[in-house]
Amino acid sequence: MQMTRDLRIVSVQEWREAAEGTVSVRGLSAWYGRHRALTDVSLEVRPRSVTALIGPSGCGKSTLLRCLNRMHEVVLGATVSGQVLLEDEDVYGSGVDPVSVRRRVGMVFQQPNPFPTMSIYDNVAAGLRLAGTRNRGVLDGKVEQALRQAALWDEVKDKLRKPGTALSGGQQQRLCIARALAVDPEVLLMDEPASALDPVATARIEELMVELKRDYTVVVVTHNMQQAARVSDYTAFLLSEDGGGGALVEYGETRQVFEEPRDERTRDYVTGRL
Amino acid sequence: MARELRTGMLPPRVRRASINWGDRAFHGITTGFALLIAALVALLVLELATESVPALSRFGPGFLASTSWNPVTGEFGALPFIYGTLATSALALALAWPIGVGAAAFLTELAPRFVRSILGTMVEMLAAVPSVVYGLWGVFVLVPLLRERVEPWLIERLGVLPVFSGPPFGLGVFAAGLLLAVMILPTLASVSREAMSAVPRGQREALLALGATRWEVIRAVVLAQARSGLVAATVLALGRALGETMATVMVIGNSPSINVSIFAPASTMASVIANDFNEATGLQKAVLLELGLILLVVSLAVNTAARLMAARSTR
Amino acid sequence: MISTYRRRKLANMLMLSLLGAAALVAVVPLIAVAAYVVLEGAGAINLDFFTQLPSPAGEAGGGMGNAVVGTLELVAIASALATPTGVMAGIYLAQQGRGTRLGPLVRLLSDVLNGVPTIVVGLFVYGLLVLTTGSFSALAGGVALGVIMLPVIARTTEEAVLQVPSSVREAALALGLPEWRATLRVVLPTARSGILTGVILGVARISGETAPLLFTAFGNSFWSLDPTKPIASLPVQIYNFATGPYESWHRQAWGAALVLMTMVLALNLAARWLSRSR
Ligand SMILES: Nc1ncnc2c1ncn2[C@@H]1O[C@H](COP(=O)(O)OP(=O)(O)OP(=O)(O)O)[C@@H](O)[C@H]1O
Ligand SMILES: [Mg+2]
Repeated sequence: MQMTRDLRIVSVQEWREAAEGTVSVRGLSAWYGRHRALTDVSLEVRPRSVTALIGPSGCGKSTLLRCLNRMHEVVLGATVSGQVLLEDEDVYGSGVDPVSVRRRVGMVFQQPNPFPTMSIYDNVAAGLRLAGTRNRGVLDGKVEQALRQAALWDEVKDKLRKPGTALSGGQQQRLCIARALAVDPEVLLMDEPASALDPVATARIEELMVELKRDYTVVVVTHNMQQAARVSDYTAFLLSEDGGGGALVEYGETRQVFEEPRDERTRDYVTGRL
Repeated sequence: MARELRTGMLPPRVRRASINWGDRAFHGITTGFALLIAALVALLVLELATESVPALSRFGPGFLASTSWNPVTGEFGALPFIYGTLATSALALALAWPIGVGAAAFLTELAPRFVRSILGTMVEMLAAVPSVVYGLWGVFVLVPLLRERVEPWLIERLGVLPVFSGPPFGLGVFAAGLLLAVMILPTLASVSREAMSAVPRGQREALLALGATRWEVIRAVVLAQARSGLVAATVLALGRALGETMATVMVIGNSPSINVSIFAPASTMASVIANDFNEATGLQKAVLLELGLILLVVSLAVNTAARLMAARSTR
Repeated sequence: MISTYRRRKLANMLMLSLLGAAALVAVVPLIAVAAYVVLEGAGAINLDFFTQLPSPAGEAGGGMGNAVVGTLELVAIASALATPTGVMAGIYLAQQGRGTRLGPLVRLLSDVLNGVPTIVVGLFVYGLLVLTTGSFSALAGGVALGVIMLPVIARTTEEAVLQVPSSVREAALALGLPEWRATLRVVLPTARSGILTGVILGVARISGETAPLLFTAFGNSFWSLDPTKPIASLPVQIYNFATGPYESWHRQAWGAALVLMTMVLALNLAARWLSRSR
């Protein structure tokens, strides 16, 4: 009796947790003014995995990423059609506030961009504070946890009051990751998070991505094929042909996409012939 | 092919309104304050227009061409003030233009960095001196100097020309024009400098490499390409000169008369308002308000023109 | 050939020297005015100048304490009105106004308002507040100065907000902050020194203004802090004393000019230093 009930609860939890962080893209197109940047992309992002978006420059990787948390519309004149489902809820549905979407889907940018007027601590606490968390103890705990998750705690624990911009580039990027994690997102989007960093800092960010997929769904844009092969579980290859806006050419397990691509164009790209 | 069926080729309509209530309120508030600026300009015109109705209906457009000014009989005309305004502004522009544009060219093209920063700062500080301080300096330094030295000297040598004739009052169009020239100098210099710095470096070097002298480069490339910016600078400076009040009222002699000589006292639209408004009653107040309205409309036109030109030249 | 070359060389020398001369001539007035203000004004500056009322017509002694206080009050009223208004309008110009038709129009009108003769602003506020309340007042003077200050603050705020890298704003939005919070808590603090520069420039611009005060704040021979009563100010006092008949008034006027000019130049230099050190 007892046992059955416990089992049932555990399985419901499991079921919920399995669904948390699922992102389904359905027929997504995106424009900048009249310029189409993305054409009818559909893909299912698996929860708790790292999905890499690859493709030549200008094929719409960043655009696709920014459509997932409605950052695309921040650009003046940018529009979207299609659906992005976050656990069955369309983030573009009427009545959905982009603010609540972005709380669930965090983002890390190519250039580290800590808030220039805030200390390290305040940067990490920014999202929580501005959402109304005032309790000092709660904040302290969250800040430490996020900094630990971002593998930055040991380096900054003695200088939390220093400005965030005083850190090195790699540290700043991990600070931005901590800042995004502190608000407990389900999905973490990263747009070439290591391209502005040196090889050592890049290696740390890559380790971090692998760590993070235990708790989060990670989608990462990268130019670096080896990086995609090293860190990701799934890979999506986009291509923009004759200026028609980027389209999804191939999507599958990373090993399959790199080793036995189904599409000619994917093969050309991953072998460096494009 | 199939995807063309599913999604259209054209972008959907832009949804501008946020659904976040805080954002909506915030947009409303900032838009409200922006509209306040627009409303202020409209209200300025409206207010002055309604207040000057008695004068407008009494004198009609003939007001602009009449020279009478008699508060006792209630006869008023704007011509002497229009003349005074135009004469002082024209004189100021004629004096300040070569100096302002020349200084701008020197600072952008020739001056070493440290000279540029010192002289540039000093020229800009000219704009910071309050106009009443220029007026004070005009009354106690410039006017005596003009009366005792400069004007007698000019009259002796150039007195045959009507513009330089007559007794040396000190107070008058000449003194006002000189002070105005100083006051519009920084406007001329800084707007011209902006226009000149916007000329691409490569163009200068291309001409220098053809064996041109520095002056030829300045004339053929810098001044030529900055032309619309220089026009904007001139118009902006003119706008400032037309409406400048305190320095003018203190040194122009405040006499509603038209004289050929630049040494004679006169009045401008701004100076007569400053001088007479608090003492005026009834119709005369309305007349002064109408002068203010004219000044406003002219300055709106001049500034709009200058801004549109400046926007075009620095793009 | 040779002669053409010499002629061009000569023209070059001549014109370059003329340009240099123009630059030198341009700074002569500043030096001349500053020198006279310092020489003539220094003698009038003492403790009494800041603490005493003007002495009765023609008598020696006295000060301009009421005008110093009056100027500070007028500037405070103007800043209190124009700063929030201008900052909000500046935010509109930099953000919501982009890509709309209203944005460029407001920007143009703001520049145009900046060029309206200040005496006209005085007439406007006279009709708006003095006629309707039936009395000259510090409040009317402050409103007139505020109208003059408003476009300065709006445009410098716009520029300061545009200087904030879009990555900073996007980082805030990506954290799930609504736009208004991102603007007020992240963008504005980042633009802080630019906005402060604008406010300082605005204060510098209005603290020497005389014309808009003549028919609004008017003047007052006595101490007054009451915003509903006429109030004395340094610029108006300089005008009245300089155009008056007494030697002692003239000396006081130079003293007031020294105080005013020191204040305005200091504010301008502070603004420059602030915008450099950014
Ligand atoms: N803000 C913008 N305004 C207008 N067009 C844009 C904007 N951003 C991107 N684009 C266009 O949209 C298309 C896709 O751009 P996107 O940045 O998504 O490409 P990307 O794959 O991320 O390229 P990269 O690898 O260089 O970062 C390109 O043609 C680009 O020129
Ligand atoms: Mg990109």
